[in-house]
Amino acid sequence: MAETLARTRSFTNPIHAILLAFPVALYPAALLSDITYLNTAVIQWTNFSSWLIAGADVFAGLVLAWALVSQFLGRTRQRGWAYVIVVALMFIAGVLNAFQHARDGWHSVGTFGLVLSILCTILAFVAAFLAYGQTQVKEYRA
Amino acid sequence: MKRIVLLALAASLAACQSQSDPDLDQTGERPDLPQQSDTLLPAMKIPTPKGWDGELPTVPEGFTVTAIAKDLKIPRQMLLLPNGDILVAEGSGGHAPAVRPKDVIAGMIKKRGKSSVEGGNRITLLRDRDGDGQTDLQTTFIDGLDAPYGLAFVDGKIYVANQGNLVSFDYTEGATRIDGPGTEVTKLPSVINHHWTKAMTASPDGSKLYVGIGSNSNVGERGMDVEEDRAVIWEIDRETGANRIFASGIRNPTALSINPWTEQLWAVVNERDELGPQLVPDYLTSVRQGAFYGWPYSYYGQHVDPRVRPQRPDLVRKAIAPDYALGSHVAALGLDFTTNGGLGGSFSEGAFVGEHGSWNRSDPSGYKVTFVPFRNGRPSGKPIDLATGFLKDGHARGRPVGVLFDEQRRALLIADDVSNTVWRVALQGGSAVPAGEARQSTR
Repeated sequence: MAETLARTRSFTNPIHAILLAFPVALYPAALLSDITYLNTAVIQWTNFSSWLIAGADVFAGLVLAWALVSQFLGRTRQRGWAYVIVVALMFIAGVLNAFQHARDGWHSVGTFGLVLSILCTILAFVAAFLAYGQTQVKEYRA
Repeated sequence: MKRIVLLALAASLAACQSQSDPDLDQTGERPDLPQQSDTLLPAMKIPTPKGWDGELPTVPEGFTVTAIAKDLKIPRQMLLLPNGDILVAEGSGGHAPAVRPKDVIAGMIKKRGKSSVEGGNRITLLRDRDGDGQTDLQTTFIDGLDAPYGLAFVDGKIYVANQGNLVSFDYTEGATRIDGPGTEVTKLPSVINHHWTKAMTASPDGSKLYVGIGSNSNVGERGMDVEEDRAVIWEIDRETGANRIFASGIRNPTALSINPWTEQLWAVVNERDELGPQLVPDYLTSVRQGAFYGWPYSYYGQHVDPRVRPQRPDLVRKAIAPDYALGSHVAALGLDFTTNGGLGGSFSEGAFVGEHGSWNRSDPSGYKVTFVPFRNGRPSGKPIDLATGFLKDGHARGRPVGVLFDEQRRALLIADDVSNTVWRVALQGGSAVPAGEARQSTR
């Protein structure tokens, strides 16, 4: 009698998933501290944002590199360019936001900084849905 | 890939930096102030150090320039003693922690423009025994100091402004070495010490010492809590150490000197960065008692800086404009007035200003010593270059800090903290000035 084994596999490698966890946590945290800064003008909140964004950018860069490598070399290329593009946009917006947050005082956030923080947050969540929301089923016939 | 993306980003960000407008006149009593342009990536250009290779700074015809001290350890300000000995304070201070990732990166970039020598934390004595303008003795006079900068001599005592306290030393004429820790007159504000230099001069009657205390940030971005007793000039009672704020809102007063014609306190002050290549001009000004010069809320009187929140319109209304602009980002660090005819000709009456040189603009400014002519105790006319050539082929061969006018020997001394040299600019054949009596000055 023929036997079928079905194995589900997450879209991402666990290490890739861990790397992506950082932007998912840090960009929204930066958005919250930006909002607090805009509400209070207490300088420490924009300092927090600066570090949160810098940390998120480092991991966003690693996620982007991983996504590109697996897109070209990996076995799972069919998951498509959507994920690569979302991660790339997130990284670019994050780096711009790091420069924005390097300005002094009140100019470190402003409308541009807030918009970038919102954008990074949304893109991080979209990337997470794409990455964690899909599973692949592989069938093995014996 | 990441690197390529970063480079492309940096290039496109650099492209949106604003350029300097050469038609703007940024020196004198009414400088042109352009629109603020707080770009995403501030312009940065750091001329890296390079040796003089036997060459010398450029001085006007009729002057000579020589090095009278070499191999110093970050020379800053100088003091002339009554017997003609010259003291040079050497050191590097500041212990501001990196509050943002930016501070880490900016620190690494700015470091590229500095000498790799470690600050000496000492005072060196230079003696010219025979009056030929050459140094016959170069020796450590006081050591074990903590980033000494401001120096003053009053009533047989030498006062040294370290980055964290003001210390006095008893001096016997002709001494070449003082041992011991000295006597602390007062502590000076030193928390963070973003701008650590403590410039100093004595009041004309010698009863007070004025000490410049720079701000703890560019424009309040470390929060205003750390700006208590910063961006001020203190007046300190020389005997008791009692102090009070003499003037405030004066971002970074890096050199103080008494105007010999009016006996008023004057200062050179470094203004804020990251508002564009031509904002805000550094300035030379008389320091009015009780005056507020705007920092951080406004500059040049009442030009509001939008980066500071909460804003303080009540303080902006009180802000007064300084007397004389020296140019944006020139980083004036030295100030001394002529006395008794100065260096003659165009350099007879006025103030010498040492300009350390810029980092926050793509077209470097400063990197020279200029002379601001005075008449009736006030600036009159445009600055004239006295010593240039510190910048060559995009490299800094030297960066002027303190300047000291030596009336007896008709010379201007320039401390240079990149080549670790003291330069002496003198009239050609001018060393044969008749020996007069010791300079009557408390400076």
